[in-house]
Amino acid sequence: MALLFYPEFEVIRNENRCIACRVCERQCANEVHSFDSQTGRMIADETKCVNCQRCVSLCPTRALKIVKSNCNFKENANWQDDTIKEIYKQANSGGVLLSSMGNPKPFPVYWDKILINASQVTNPSIDPLREPMETKVFLGKKPNHIERDKDGKLKFDLSPQLELSMPIMFSAMSYGSISYNAHKSLATAAEELGICYNTGEGGLHEDFYVYGKNTIVQVASGRFGVHEDYLKAGAAVEIKMGQGAKPGIGGHLPGAKIVADVSRTRMIPEGSDAISPAPHHDIYSIEDLRQLVYSLKEATEYKKPIIVKVAAVHNIAAIASGIARSGADIIAIDGFRGGTGAAPTRIRDNVGIPVELALAAVDKRLRDEGIRNNVSLVVGGSIRSASDVVKAIALGADACYIATAALLALGCHLCRTCQSGKCNWGIATQKPELVKRLNPEIGKKHLVNLMTAWRHEIKELMGGMGINSIEALKGNRLMLRGIGMTEKELEILGISHAGE
Amino acid sequence: MKRIFVNEEWCLGCHLCEYNCAFANSGMKNMALALKGKKIFPKIHVYGNDKINFAVSCRHCEDPLCVKACISGALHIKDGRVCIDKTKCVGCYSCIMVCPYGSLSVGETGVASKCELCLDNACGSPACVKGCPNNAIVYEER
Repeated sequence: MALLFYPEFEVIRNENRCIACRVCERQCANEVHSFDSQTGRMIADETKCVNCQRCVSLCPTRALKIVKSNCNFKENANWQDDTIKEIYKQANSGGVLLSSMGNPKPFPVYWDKILINASQVTNPSIDPLREPMETKVFLGKKPNHIERDKDGKLKFDLSPQLELSMPIMFSAMSYGSISYNAHKSLATAAEELGICYNTGEGGLHEDFYVYGKNTIVQVASGRFGVHEDYLKAGAAVEIKMGQGAKPGIGGHLPGAKIVADVSRTRMIPEGSDAISPAPHHDIYSIEDLRQLVYSLKEATEYKKPIIVKVAAVHNIAAIASGIARSGADIIAIDGFRGGTGAAPTRIRDNVGIPVELALAAVDKRLRDEGIRNNVSLVVGGSIRSASDVVKAIALGADACYIATAALLALGCHLCRTCQSGKCNWGIATQKPELVKRLNPEIGKKHLVNLMTAWRHEIKELMGGMGINSIEALKGNRLMLRGIGMTEKELEILGISHAGE
Repeated sequence: MKRIFVNEEWCLGCHLCEYNCAFANSGMKNMALALKGKKIFPKIHVYGNDKINFAVSCRHCEDPLCVKACISGALHIKDGRVCIDKTKCVGCYSCIMVCPYGSLSVGETGVASKCELCLDNACGSPACVKGCPNNAIVYEER
């Protein structure tokens, strides 16, 4: 007999409000709700509920609530409910536990322990509604000194740069792990905003080549969908060495998600599993990485910056130092709270380090070694708000990657069951009837709204500090103070404690 | 004149428009009180199958056949809208027979029922459009 336990969530239906319109039934891909014609009432099978709240959102009379079940095992601070349930699941299945999206465990969030400065009396703050404020950034290798020609004119032959209207990009999510409509929303929003989105490792759908100047094309260990036109289509090329949610392992997109279009885009047979190896089989050293960086530069005629994306892990500073010497133009660091379409639970929840610490360590190391100008730094892995962005830039980042926040704007409710392929919000699914639930017109609008709001907030926060450009905020750690941190944490972050 | 248009590509077949329509025309303030336990008589109907769905309501034709066919003068044009005077309708259903789009239906009281764009009820603009979760029904000038 299987080891069973009471369902994790309960469907609370207010019978006084339910009009049996059956919208919940039609909208639940997990088939939780059904209509009982004998009694004329809706009934629910809670064992299938993943708490994605699609039914709650669409119920016209607000008759529905999903609540966490309070039917718990006997209280135990060591053997907590989730831990016991995971044991039961594994005892039943014999399998590795899978999870999606970012690490939900209560690790410290350093963004929330950092406070931002503001001008008072001795230096003027700036009102962004009255005075110009620059949020544009350029990512890529910067010259170490100014060069002039014989007439004294400045020389402008810079390395290729990625121009962004604000220091935020949508980070890598592959077509396959997310839907066509989700990709279209990201691509069209990036175009309108003057920023970039990222193809992830799934190749670029032929319909989206038109958004090339706002696209970062990724080359990952599986090399899915990589060919010359693909590389040339993007504004930059990203080599994915690792992902914050699952450092050290590859990816596995199940065959069920490799439908016709995904198969064509990835250049693999329909229905076959897309397995990305854990390492790049041609990269075992910085020298090997350099070869791939320069192969991609050759392929793109040295016109596009090359990004190397790594997960934030121990010794990240030394790793970044190596990458900065490999010829890469941009380093992207993905913290351990970054999202994923599927990862082994144990890896997602226990591997990697917070991006705040990684960023501070990397920025310091590159400065100390005098190679900070070799690369731009982009950080991701749970950037949740405009204030996180401002803190990241003050810690030394040139720009941020966001993905979970972007998916939330598209409707994601963080139920963290992307791996099931039955996303009720039309995001992490390839089922046509679910994909069409995300109208890309609405998706684009929401993304543009979110980024516009964040841009306003970034300007307000900068203005408060008397800073009128992102460039002047970059690495300006004097604008940050820590609260409730140990000496060691403050030392790694390179900031003083509040009150100092 | 603004009319209701359907983007079948985005219709999820959730049928929310039917309930929003029935509620908007109920004259009541609370949807649960208005619709609970009742058979609804919406003026918009969702048709379809697993693959495709679309909502059908009055197109407010410039030269409407239903108005021509109406034997009692109940159907008439008001500011471009095709409206119905239910006190005049005798329930002959000629309008239902002639409408090429199948937009009219039999209402709760047995007389013909049709969409009047919610301009005469408390909603003020089409309730189906306001409540559509995926912009599958739009109210615009074309």
